[in-house]
Amino acid sequence: VVDEIQSYGVIGDGRTAALVSRSGSIDWLCWPQFDGPALFAALLDPERGGRFSISPARPCRTTRNYVDDTNVLVTRFEAGEGSATLTDLLPIASSTEDAGHAAPEHVLLRQLVCVRGMIEIDVRFEPRPRFATARVKLRAKEHGIRLELGSKLYLLRTDAPLVIVDGGCAATARLKLRSGESVSFWLVRAVEAPAVLPPLGDAVSDEIGRTIRYWRSWIARCAYEGPYREAVRRSALVLKLLSFPPSGAVVAAATTSLPERVGGDLNWDYRFCWLRDAAFTVRAFLELGYLDEAEAFVDWLMHTTRLTRPRLHVLYDVFGRPPHHERELPQLAGYRGSRPVRVGNAAAEQLQLDVYGEVIDAVAQLARHGYPLDRDTQRMLCGFGRYVCDHWSQPDNSLWEFRGPAREYTHARLLSWVALERLVELHDRGLLKRCPAERFRSERDRLRREIQRRGWSGKAGAYAQVLDGDTVDASTLLLGWYGFHDVRSRRLRANARTIRERLGAGDGLLYRYEQSRADGEGAFAICSFWLAEHLARGGGTREEARDCIDQMLGYTNDLGLFAEEIDPKSSAALGNVPQAYSHVGLINAALSLAVRDRDERRSATARAEVEVRL
Amino acid sequence: VNIGQWLLWGFAATIVLTTLLAGTQGLGLTRINVPYLLGSMLTPRRDRAKIYGFLMHLGLGWMFSLVYLATFHQLQRATWWLGAVIGLLHGSFVLIAGLPTLPGLHPRMANPHGGVTLHRQLEPPGFLGLNYGVQTPVSVLVAHGLFGAILGALYRI
Repeated sequence: VVDEIQSYGVIGDGRTAALVSRSGSIDWLCWPQFDGPALFAALLDPERGGRFSISPARPCRTTRNYVDDTNVLVTRFEAGEGSATLTDLLPIASSTEDAGHAAPEHVLLRQLVCVRGMIEIDVRFEPRPRFATARVKLRAKEHGIRLELGSKLYLLRTDAPLVIVDGGCAATARLKLRSGESVSFWLVRAVEAPAVLPPLGDAVSDEIGRTIRYWRSWIARCAYEGPYREAVRRSALVLKLLSFPPSGAVVAAATTSLPERVGGDLNWDYRFCWLRDAAFTVRAFLELGYLDEAEAFVDWLMHTTRLTRPRLHVLYDVFGRPPHHERELPQLAGYRGSRPVRVGNAAAEQLQLDVYGEVIDAVAQLARHGYPLDRDTQRMLCGFGRYVCDHWSQPDNSLWEFRGPAREYTHARLLSWVALERLVELHDRGLLKRCPAERFRSERDRLRREIQRRGWSGKAGAYAQVLDGDTVDASTLLLGWYGFHDVRSRRLRANARTIRERLGAGDGLLYRYEQSRADGEGAFAICSFWLAEHLARGGGTREEARDCIDQMLGYTNDLGLFAEEIDPKSSAALGNVPQAYSHVGLINAALSLAVRDRDERRSATARAEVEVRL
Repeated sequence: VNIGQWLLWGFAATIVLTTLLAGTQGLGLTRINVPYLLGSMLTPRRDRAKIYGFLMHLGLGWMFSLVYLATFHQLQRATWWLGAVIGLLHGSFVLIAGLPTLPGLHPRMANPHGGVTLHRQLEPPGFLGLNYGVQTPVSVLVAHGLFGAILGALYRI
């Protein structure tokens, strides 16, 4: 049986990510990039999916952690007679460090060291390329175990005595290591020859050192010194791990089809970039001091939307192309029977009007930090604004990507308002020339009136999920974040109160909307962070905001990772992992709390100074 | 040898040869990347190696085309099929004699029977370049055959 979702750690190199179980098994790896075909997918089918396992031969105690300030994972196996550490990483190095030697195209590195006594370890290398559809025939040759698939070469280089078994489908070994002994495993993927064959021996530790230095130098740029510093830095590292440096894109998660309801069919592919995440992600990068990453992400947004403007798709792949059509993979049994396993995402074809507001807000945030809006960008923003003016009254599929009939969602109206509000702001600051500012202004005002009149439900005492409706939706917690109302306003306080009453799942958790409970979904992690932000920004006390964040941090796994959802009954993680949106939510909630702390300290100091003077 | 024709058709044939080999790599028939193979003699950096290797391959193609043209003059004929035959011989030479000696010449290529070291990490080609994919010999032969055919068809004695 595959491990629980929260039992997985993640390693990555900014191109792709691998999931490592507590027992030392890599059960998920897509190559060459996040949305590529899986080489190991035991996560979605322990029988057929394939894995690369380095696990103790007998049950033992397991602990693990990331090497401080890195995405290098260390798992410790403690048995009675000995103990060993397994270090897992997808090597990455700065361009200056990389320049001195040939680097493989794609590589995974695992190093096993016996640190005490003697320990027996079982190794099983069981690649199953193309989501377990390719024929596998491993061959042992002079430089390692080879698997050739058309023009692709997978090569496992190791100093462990692996034996090919199961008719060439797997390679295994039982290792007896004594204190001080170590074995290493390089798994190389090459499409170009000659392939680079990484050396064994001391070079392995050198490579681990290079990767550690890369992550530490990156996190050293983090300017955040507020509350929850360690959790924020871990979230920043997760966000960087899910960023694709060649384009600047950030994928929503590293996996596909981890279920929102175990055994159910709410299984989606999240290995793409959602435009919706733009504003939140840009704010997180900017406020943490990562201007380059924020600019790269906005550049990706600009580049990506070039072909379809002014119409925006909901999501794109890391290269800025619409993802492949959604299809099912019947050969995989699904995570604990949660079928179907899907690749591609049909939400790409939905109409979700909120994405315009998200993209424009992201650009506006960056412009406040001095990002220049060239003529082409200005023209594009104006095009988006005109599109919003022409289409905001249409029903859509909502940010939650409902697959039923389109409806008039309050959140979509709010983000249409945000789009026009930010464009007017940019125009008024002289950053956006030659745009129909008066039209934007009048449509913005119409939107405001409509949201206030039709979005507010007197019966619910809250903003409703759909116009003229009475059920609530956690996304309306964002009304304050976007500046539609002051968070201290009577309406927003009442709104938050009603959401907590109706969507509360206990212990700080929130469902995203009322139907979630009946559908058997988990609680949505980011919704609780939205509430925490609402409280931190003035909708509640500082202590309430802290309590909310404290409770949420109790749902991370031992490595500080969030999935998309949390099962309110078992506290187990649900959905794809690690989820950028959840980690962005945590960062932004902490940032808001830091601002509140700072403001309250300043007020206290000012009051004290006044008292001294008096 | 007509220098102008040599420069022109030698260049054209080398470009076609390089393009065809790159195309077979792109289509998944072989992994061999000749510019990277050559350029990695000069630098370990993949991006730069490909640029240097492209220029080296262009120079080598021009140089080898002289041998083709000398053969045409010697035989007093230049036809596409004669060029193709010379090209196949050339390709066979590359596969049978050239590639196996490469680990001895290439400063970054691992020895086929020795270990991989920090400074010698590139995969050796093996017999007929088969380590770079089972279709490698076919790709190399077809590309060199076409190289010779172009020279034979376009060069005028």
